[in-house]
Amino acid sequence: MEALSSLGDGFIVALSVQNLLLAAIGCLLGTIIGALPGLGPSNGVAILIPLAFSLGLGATPALILLTSVYYGAMYGGRISSILLNIPGDEPAMMTCLDGYPMARAGRAGEALAISGIASFVGAFFATWGLVFLAPQLVDVALLFGPAEYFALFALAFATIGGVAASNQMKSLLATGFGLLIAMVGVDQQTGVTRFSFNNVHFYDGIDFLVVIVGLFALSEVFIFLEHRSGGGMDTHSVPLGRTTVTKKDLVDTTPAMARSTVVGFIAGVLPGAGASLGSFLAYTLEKKVSDKNKTFGKGDPRGVAAPEAGNNAAAGGALVPMLALGVPGSGTTAVLLSLLLALNITPGPLLFQQNPDVVWGLIAALFIANIMLLALNLPLIKLFVKVLQVPTRYLMPAVAMISFVGVYGISGSTFDLLVMIAFGVIGWLFRKLDIPLVPIILGVLLGKLMEANLRRELTISDGDWWALIDSPLAIGIWLFAVAGFVAPIVLGRFFRVKEKQPFDGETLDTD
Amino acid sequence: MKHVNFAKAAVIIAGLTLPGAAVAFDPGATECIAPANPGGGWDFTCRQVGKTLQDLGLISGTMQVTNLTGGSGGVAFAQITNKRNEDNNVIVAASSATATRLAQGAFPGGTMDQVRWIGSVGADYGIIAVAADSSVDTLPQLIDQVKADPSSVAFAGGSAVGGWDHLKVLSMAKKAGVEDVRTVKYVAFEGGGEAITQLLAGSIQAFTGDASEAKGFVDSGDIKVLAVLAPERMEGDFANFPTAKEQGIDAVGANWRGFYGPGGMSEEAYDYWAQNLKTLYDSPEWKQVMETNGIAPLDLSGEAFQEYVAASVDEIQTLSREIGLIK
Repeated sequence: MEALSSLGDGFIVALSVQNLLLAAIGCLLGTIIGALPGLGPSNGVAILIPLAFSLGLGATPALILLTSVYYGAMYGGRISSILLNIPGDEPAMMTCLDGYPMARAGRAGEALAISGIASFVGAFFATWGLVFLAPQLVDVALLFGPAEYFALFALAFATIGGVAASNQMKSLLATGFGLLIAMVGVDQQTGVTRFSFNNVHFYDGIDFLVVIVGLFALSEVFIFLEHRSGGGMDTHSVPLGRTTVTKKDLVDTTPAMARSTVVGFIAGVLPGAGASLGSFLAYTLEKKVSDKNKTFGKGDPRGVAAPEAGNNAAAGGALVPMLALGVPGSGTTAVLLSLLLALNITPGPLLFQQNPDVVWGLIAALFIANIMLLALNLPLIKLFVKVLQVPTRYLMPAVAMISFVGVYGISGSTFDLLVMIAFGVIGWLFRKLDIPLVPIILGVLLGKLMEANLRRELTISDGDWWALIDSPLAIGIWLFAVAGFVAPIVLGRFFRVKEKQPFDGETLDTD
Repeated sequence: MKHVNFAKAAVIIAGLTLPGAAVAFDPGATECIAPANPGGGWDFTCRQVGKTLQDLGLISGTMQVTNLTGGSGGVAFAQITNKRNEDNNVIVAASSATATRLAQGAFPGGTMDQVRWIGSVGADYGIIAVAADSSVDTLPQLIDQVKADPSSVAFAGGSAVGGWDHLKVLSMAKKAGVEDVRTVKYVAFEGGGEAITQLLAGSIQAFTGDASEAKGFVDSGDIKVLAVLAPERMEGDFANFPTAKEQGIDAVGANWRGFYGPGGMSEEAYDYWAQNLKTLYDSPEWKQVMETNGIAPLDLSGEAFQEYVAASVDEIQTLSREIGLIK
């Protein structure tokens, strides 16, 4: 139980007045940053790095501040997903699927409460995982070569059809569109630019943040404009409902949270997988396991609990390779890593021995931040749901403004704003055509990584495709992928008759 | 408006306190463009240099850092050449990656002589490493393997094909007598850390990257550094590892950090910036920054730096032509 005594020392470091204050500030800022569309955890942390420097913070306090922001943003992302159907950051995308329908049905408070608790559970157990399993998990991460990663992404794409239930062709179209966007820019494996039209702005590819904000936030604004000009509805007349969780819901969602925490944590631990994959797999797994009555996508509390537990567990998991290997498991940990280097701390296999005060102080701070976040988030739900009472004619301009400021603030590029508007129009069009938007983002986020790993493996093996199924682990993941793809087709035949009944189309989009 | 007043006040204060150190040119409010998002290498260069310049009293007020992302630095380059060509107050963070992009024509219409190269503030030297349990112990052994069967050694690094980590290997292989460098196998990963992980996982056989990226793994003994691509032995953690030169392969790969300014900046302004960066480089404060951040020495300013960049652009062009990346 050496880990526990080290953790005790960590708490001594973390429980100073200054550090507690920094954690509290970080949690609050993080929640806000997470909730604002356009600002996600990675740029939130990046923006605050100069602040940490100018405050002259030491290594441990600086890390405590920024990881609190990180955890806070993972909490905050769900808020705008649920209330506005606009993901506050990329891993919160899956939370839209059931969170927004719940809000429409007057259960916004419940959705926020359940997702808050799920976030806590995911992050809490992931942090314990970090305490006890970090060294062993590093060995797991080392089992994953390009072939295994490719199989993992194939698994994600094999189950993509399960996300948006209505029309598989439309899901496929959306995924293809996402993959196409992912192709833009310099190709890593040849150094040649693709689909860049000789425009320097396209060389780095299209930032998925710009895509998300355009597709989700701006298209929402356009839909509103359209309804307004037609004299359509103005205010949401949505009842706010309870802001607490019933015991029944809690009991119902507990297995979902447990499964999702495990799935999310593993996805987080694997560098090159990340929180988005974590929340995605958590959702699809949960849907496969427990969607007996076809309630997912229509406001099922489990569909809110699963991705939130998943993405928060992934955030904790991503710290394992960052601390133990010096390899970022997500965009945010990449930024944190650059902070560590700037603070003259070398992440890597020796970090736990060389800087135990930093590592354990950080882990203790994560526990503290997590409890603070729960304490901060549950009472604030009453305040958050008030957003739904804001007349849309005030809310939408605010959404538009935040989108523009957020995107411009990061890149300083007016070109990105134009791209964002273009995606806003595309999003509006796709909503009209009832094409789901989530598969587009998944295509953008995961497609690039999937392609990169395929081509890495083929380069290493000199073009031998058999190398892709050359390890037991790869074969195992492929079997899951095939099962995930084939099972719904086969089983679907039995259930098809029942399914066809009441609901029509997507609950994801539009209002 | 507060910012302007503050800058003015700072100018006055600086003028009052340093009457003897007056230079012919005073830019007033200064700006440093980091052509990438906050948190990256260029951003770090701007912020550290800005802070140290201010601490040393070399500039009046704070240096404003602007992040101008896009096109791997191409967007910032285009803005400087098209819109701010005569601006005396702005400098842009650059590195070997900038020279690589310019050499390969990846900034449309951009060439290195459209801007003024001001000076370097340090470098990160390249290393070639293998896993600790590898049977290879020296750089010539590895090269012999490559010569015997190029497909038996996959090099991995954190940059795209044609990027700096790749070019370093090619340049080294060429100097070691590998005839057709196109046969050298290179796999691109998202970053140096990911590439090293794959080295440990056994997916690849050799790692090419910067010394700073590998430090943690060198300390822990997980990887074996075959050669440091520096002109002479490094100090500190890497002092135990031979250079490529010592092993008979005259290859140097420096990932430098430095700055360029607008092509139309006045001579006074150019001298001002070059001199200030030189003063910064020589200061104990900057030595401290270099030490804490694992930056190795590379001391070039003004014309010397301009020539250095020109030479490296030439070399990169030759190599890129050989591997068919440019025509």
